Amino acid sequence: MLSKYETVIGLEVHVQLTTATKIFCGCATRFGADPNTQTCPVCLGLPGALPVLNGRAVEFAIMAGLATDCRIAPRSIFARKNYFYPDLPKGYQISQFELPVCEHGSLDIFADESGPKKIGITRIHMEEDAGKLLHGETAETAEASFVDLNRACTPLLEIVSEPDLRSADEAVAYLKELHQIVVYLGICDGSMEQGSFRCDANVSVRPRGQKELGTRAELKNINSFRFVKQAIEYEVERQVDLVEDGGKVIQETRLFDAAAGVTRSMRGKEEAHDYRYFPDPDLVPLVISADWIERVRTGMPELPREKVARFVADFDLALYDAEVLAASRAVADYFEACLGHYGNAKACANWVMGEVQRRLNEEGIAINAAPVTPVLLAGLLARIDDQTISGKIAKTVFEEMWKTGSDADAIIAARGLKQVTDTGAIEQIIDEVLAANPAQVEEYRSGKEKVFGFFVGQVMKASRGKANPAAVNELLKKKLAG
Amino acid sequence: MELIDLAIHEMKEKLAGREISASELTAAFLNRVARTNDRVNAYVTVCADEAGKAATDADRRIAAGGAGPLTGIPIALKDIFCTRGIRTTCASNILDGFLPPYDATTVRLLKEAGAVLLGKLNMDEFAMGSSNENSAFGPVRNPWNPERVSGGSSGGSAACVAARQAAGALGTDTGGSIRQPAAFCGVVGLKPTYGRVSRYGVIAYASSLDQVGPLGRDVEDCALLLQAVAGHDPCDSTSIDTPVPDYRAALDQKVRGLRIGLPEEYFIDGLDPEIRGAVDKAIETFRALGAEMVPISLPHTSYAVAAYYLIATAEASSNLARYDGVRYGNRIDQGAGLLDMYQQTRAAGFGAEVKRRIMLGTYALSAGYYDAYYLKAQKVRTLVRQDFLNAFEKVDVILTPVAPSAAFGLGEKLDDPLQMYLSDIFTIPINLAGTCGLSVPCGFTGEGLPVGLQLVGRPFGEADILRAGHAFEQATEWHKRKPEI
Repeated sequence: MLSKYETVIGLEVHVQLTTATKIFCGCATRFGADPNTQTCPVCLGLPGALPVLNGRAVEFAIMAGLATDCRIAPRSIFARKNYFYPDLPKGYQISQFELPVCEHGSLDIFADESGPKKIGITRIHMEEDAGKLLHGETAETAEASFVDLNRACTPLLEIVSEPDLRSADEAVAYLKELHQIVVYLGICDGSMEQGSFRCDANVSVRPRGQKELGTRAELKNINSFRFVKQAIEYEVERQVDLVEDGGKVIQETRLFDAAAGVTRSMRGKEEAHDYRYFPDPDLVPLVISADWIERVRTGMPELPREKVARFVADFDLALYDAEVLAASRAVADYFEACLGHYGNAKACANWVMGEVQRRLNEEGIAINAAPVTPVLLAGLLARIDDQTISGKIAKTVFEEMWKTGSDADAIIAARGLKQVTDTGAIEQIIDEVLAANPAQVEEYRSGKEKVFGFFVGQVMKASRGKANPAAVNELLKKKLAG
Repeated sequence: MELIDLAIHEMKEKLAGREISASELTAAFLNRVARTNDRVNAYVTVCADEAGKAATDADRRIAAGGAGPLTGIPIALKDIFCTRGIRTTCASNILDGFLPPYDATTVRLLKEAGAVLLGKLNMDEFAMGSSNENSAFGPVRNPWNPERVSGGSSGGSAACVAARQAAGALGTDTGGSIRQPAAFCGVVGLKPTYGRVSRYGVIAYASSLDQVGPLGRDVEDCALLLQAVAGHDPCDSTSIDTPVPDYRAALDQKVRGLRIGLPEEYFIDGLDPEIRGAVDKAIETFRALGAEMVPISLPHTSYAVAAYYLIATAEASSNLARYDGVRYGNRIDQGAGLLDMYQQTRAAGFGAEVKRRIMLGTYALSAGYYDAYYLKAQKVRTLVRQDFLNAFEKVDVILTPVAPSAAFGLGEKLDDPLQMYLSDIFTIPINLAGTCGLSVPCGFTGEGLPVGLQLVGRPFGEADILRAGHAFEQATEWHKRKPEI
């Protein structure tokens, strides 16, 4: 039944910008301060206060537009969106309406193996955030609501997609792509739990083949990628059931209830708003010159897809490896910093994706906080390459580096971990091992090849792990062959 | 001559020459206010303590040789300017109890220039009115005749200066709110070009029209006050960053050869004959001074009032949304929920005219009406502005009456808001065009009520109109008359 219908999804994402100060005043945007301590007459909406535009927020908007191939408007207008709510101090939100800062862009998503799908971006506009409402938690305050305006006037970008998405999976792929871009650009910290990256989904269904769009419902209050998938899938099923039963989908806002996994109508709680948009007379039109756009473009960090392509081309990495490394800008930067001191990209990639990532996960820290810096890692990898230590011993050295921050050479020397490559010495150990284990030698020579591993283990044990594995293998084979 | 009769420029001389002290000056004015305010009702708040302290500081500065442009000069402010720690009401009940935590930029500039702040002045609530009868503190009475209005919305500012209750005042002008009361009260009032003076800290009525301006005894005083507050303010995105000329120096230029435009649309048949007579005489005075009269046309004049009452009310409906009882001012909370709190607070806090304009403005912006009303009005505005810019290619200054009548009676126009709105027909186009206008006294009616003359300049042409006004003043004696109060 579901396959009779096509799902159509458009997404509106609000991105909170990480400028140092708010969009229309000089208050700090830092999260977590005591209520109403990051405020001033402007963001409090005091009588007589006036907005002044933060140029850095404009640059962030330009970056977002360039990263999504949008047309950057040479002239755009701020408009007032009028409505009453206690978290909106002026009784209007300064946003953009008819002439937004960016338009007509797109994003390629990779939702499945069939390759990239282009999703249109209708517009990106700038606006100010509202404050926060906190509801009374004690017996005395239970009937009250409290207004914290620290967040009021924080810069937001609203990124609106065309209704080009056709499934919950595509929607999630789009969001992940967009999320990666804004974090990569350094314009947003991407925290969905803290509300820095908020998503609303417009969902509708139509019989396959029909050109007209069905009536859409707007889903709100979704704060993780997992919930996006859940909410959309629930809503599609709800709408299809409704239509199949002869009903009509109503255009409304629905809240996602994560605990129950359902969407609920907000009808009755919210009347249709006439926002009475008009150009804000306190602000002049935003003029963005071609020069300014160029300056922003040259200062922009490399985007994820560009980086992946470069890693594959320049370092001959597998696409999968390149994607894993490039997923986080911090990890990619670490990887490249290490390559600044060491030549083998493949080995470096393995260690970064392997040992380094493992320790980071265990300790729950970011790669910037890793005690083993790119330079230290490079030093370790060099010692594997020049056979000073084996790969196995290197892991031990790595552990110690992580704990102490010392460099590889210091640890190798202090713990006498230098690999034994002297074939004479190895041969001697092998002879001793074979002599001590005649039964196993018999087993091997009579065809049980698995026993080889036993001997390798014994030789390594006897050499306290320092014997060069390749040499051990070669010499052991020779000796066992007789 | 009494201290309170001195013009600012005369006070400056005497202060510099140590003939008088700032403390004496301030005491004299505070005394005057105490004795006369009940008859005029120009003051809402008197800041006796702060004024006394500021005057003492001023004397110290003068003694040390560090006097600024307005050191020791007692000034009062329309209660629309945010003054830190001093109650600011906008003549509205909804701001009851509001103490601004900051000074408006213009207030800061006056303080830096050394001015002494005497107090806050009555006005039409949220600057909406032409008679100063829409005030939570009662009407202002015209010092020339207590049964007449002072004009508005800067009625308190004009009456205060006329009644010698301050040396000068600041007001605001959105559709004529400085020029019309200045004319009704026989003082000089100037609306600068939009963007010339900062609006930061000035409680907003109509953001694209509001401008701060001075009221004073004569043109020179207005020039001095304008000089102290004009200039770019980074806190106001609509303030212009262009150099401020020396307005005082401009006064000395003669008007011989000045081309003065007389727009036919302002000299209509229905104009009150006494107003017409006074303005005609003024034209003759200018001719005698060597100015050249040029007939001009401002063809879109008749659409200006309608366009204004759509644009201004639309902006006001949005600007006044912040008065919701949540953060400051009055709040009426009957425990019946948020919507009820909003409704009760605003119903009780706003006066009738304010409510009228909020509703009108909301309508003009609403879905389905925006194009026909707000957008259309803005297009008409462009045409009105273009009329002026075209005229200024042929003339330097435009001369018109300020108001269609002299001060009318208290209560006379309260029943007919539209009649009230028409008092601004000669001043509104100048606000729509965003340019500057000066009102100077040019005569009296048979009943002894002042008549004003409007001189309109091109954008940022304040120097031209001050010069013309000053020349006119020097050739006449109207500005020297004072009410008997």
